Amino acid sequence: MNKLFRINQLWRLTTALFREIIREPGVLFWGILFPILMSLGLGLAFTKKTDVLRKVAVIRTFRSSSADSSVVYNFLEKNCERNSPEETDEYRWKYVIKDDKLGNSVFLFYEMDWDQAMILLKRGTISLLLYSKDDVTEYHFDPMNSDAELTYLKLSSIIGAGDILTVSSNSEIKPLTVTGTRYIDFLVPGLITMGVMMSTMWGISYGIIEKRSKKLLRRLVATPMKKSHFLIALITVRVTMNFIEALVLLLFALITFKMTIQGDILALILMFLAGNIAFAGIAVFVSSHTSNTEVGNGLINFVVFPMMVLSGIFFSYHNFPDWSIPIIRILPLTMLTDGIRSIFNEGAGFGEVVMPILILISAGIVFFVTGLKIFKWH
Amino acid sequence: MTINNVIEVKNVWKSFKTVQAVKGINLNIPKGQFVALLGPNGAGKTTLVEMIEGIQKPDKGEITIMGKKWKGNEDRLHRIIGISLQETRFIDKLRVTETLQLFAEFFNLGIKRVNEIIEIVGLEEKKRAYVVNLSGGQRQRLAIGIALINTPQILLLDEPTTGLDPNARREIWDILQKLKEVSETSMILTTHYMEEAENLCDYIVIMDNGVILREGTLHQLLAEDSKEKVVEFTIENGSLPDTSSTEGLPFSIRSGETGEKWIVTLLNFETGLPDFLSFLKSRNISLSHMECRRKTLDDLFVSLTGRKINE
Repeated sequence: MNKLFRINQLWRLTTALFREIIREPGVLFWGILFPILMSLGLGLAFTKKTDVLRKVAVIRTFRSSSADSSVVYNFLEKNCERNSPEETDEYRWKYVIKDDKLGNSVFLFYEMDWDQAMILLKRGTISLLLYSKDDVTEYHFDPMNSDAELTYLKLSSIIGAGDILTVSSNSEIKPLTVTGTRYIDFLVPGLITMGVMMSTMWGISYGIIEKRSKKLLRRLVATPMKKSHFLIALITVRVTMNFIEALVLLLFALITFKMTIQGDILALILMFLAGNIAFAGIAVFVSSHTSNTEVGNGLINFVVFPMMVLSGIFFSYHNFPDWSIPIIRILPLTMLTDGIRSIFNEGAGFGEVVMPILILISAGIVFFVTGLKIFKWH
Repeated sequence: MTINNVIEVKNVWKSFKTVQAVKGINLNIPKGQFVALLGPNGAGKTTLVEMIEGIQKPDKGEITIMGKKWKGNEDRLHRIIGISLQETRFIDKLRVTETLQLFAEFFNLGIKRVNEIIEIVGLEEKKRAYVVNLSGGQRQRLAIGIALINTPQILLLDEPTTGLDPNARREIWDILQKLKEVSETSMILTTHYMEEAENLCDYIVIMDNGVILREGTLHQLLAEDSKEKVVEFTIENGSLPDTSSTEGLPFSIRSGETGEKWIVTLLNFETGLPDFLSFLKSRNISLSHMECRRKTLDDLFVSLTGRKINE
């Protein structure tokens, strides 16, 4: 009988906290609609090929007769579409490489002197300078800027050999539109795991801190309520919400972007749960003491912000320095994201993700128990 | 011997970082008694009540409730106590009924008790309203309803009417007065309203700066100096000296609430009144209005501390 009563209590707490969430109209937008809009926006921005504008500065030289016949000017005058600029910020020549597969590349050439070009380069308006000197064409660009390098490669092949990259000559290029290799395939698992982290940390941590500052925790523990029931109810509600949010986003991506889950669905669910447990534990730990919502804000940001940046949600973390990669890999969000991505895109099964699952669950339990030990109810 | 006392507080001390909040308080509360802890903000009332509630631990001293200490008896004591904290806010988007059901569940009580409570605190019309949409008075009635849900033997209310308008305050008094008629609940209520202590409570404890200044029934507190009377007056002309220049005289004069009004406390009404009138005459002051009244708790507090309670 007593056991039954305690379960009723847990149920009542869970429904109360669930109602608290779903009756807030903002929840629908921020929890469900916002991730969808984000995936739609980013997905379209990075998957649909549109014309790529490449702006190039041509350094003005005193046109002696030899300069006129320089390779650069020869190319510009003969092969390009001319424009007579009225303003200095208008282009003088335009060249288009038509390409149905990769999207058109549009080169805009601006004529200016060296100093002006340097300013525009610093501002990022242009990424490459063309300088024709003694019949030698010089390309000035930042070798670390891969986009500038690409501009150079395309341009040098056109100007140098007069050999224009066209569809026929690049027929060996196979644009990767196979499911699992597109940016959207990289992005959606990241959005799902980021959603787990964000809504768990904000939902649970902030929920606890707010209820502490409202003195509601204090009032609740002045009853025979089981303290752990309150936290379990709070976590249950949040995990359920996370599950719904992830499912909606996933269905959207499956339908709109024709994504597929290549690996084991059961492993995916377990991985997802493990991530929820890890972040729920961290959330309880983070909110175990403070009753000040401003401090709470700071604490939560302190936890989520580094992971947002480092864990490779939007772009691969392999661009970070080598020494940092092993550290980044043990961050909970990285572990979760890598695991989920490998199930989605690499066809991973339970065997491949069992380690991160166990680590995430253990971390969650350790944080939860420690948090509960130092938890301030008053 | 002390079995009749439901709450016993023995030489209890409590300090926070910079404040000594409670300094050696003793208090015994017998069954069925309504006790007011009366004092200004910062008197230590809330700290004392929170120690009785088991929320704070005393640095020194002992508190027993029904003969039991808090340590090791939390679950049992939580079942017989009902509390309302200062400014608790419940879950905004939960309805009144749902909030009460949640708390009822902790005591294994069902919807029947919830409906009784809704009737007791008069929230029938608001039972489907979200907590966030209740007025201050309605919220406070809900808090009292939650405190009463387990039919507590001991009720601890921390400033239940602070910040409420007179009507809302009276509604809460009605609830508590009815409770007194029908049950044997003992109650401690903290307040800084004199009328609240006078109207609701059998026993009044006046606190200031962490100590008890005076305690007793209203009658005991005010009849201690039975010949003492208070005269309120206004004057037509002239000006009155401040308190210091009445030294040596058998009365003291202070200014009343409005500034035009003056109050004089006569230690012995029969001999003091002629003295007071001749004092006025000697200064060529004529009265425009004079009223003699019994001493109130307010006057008592002023005579004990030199301050008014709500200052």
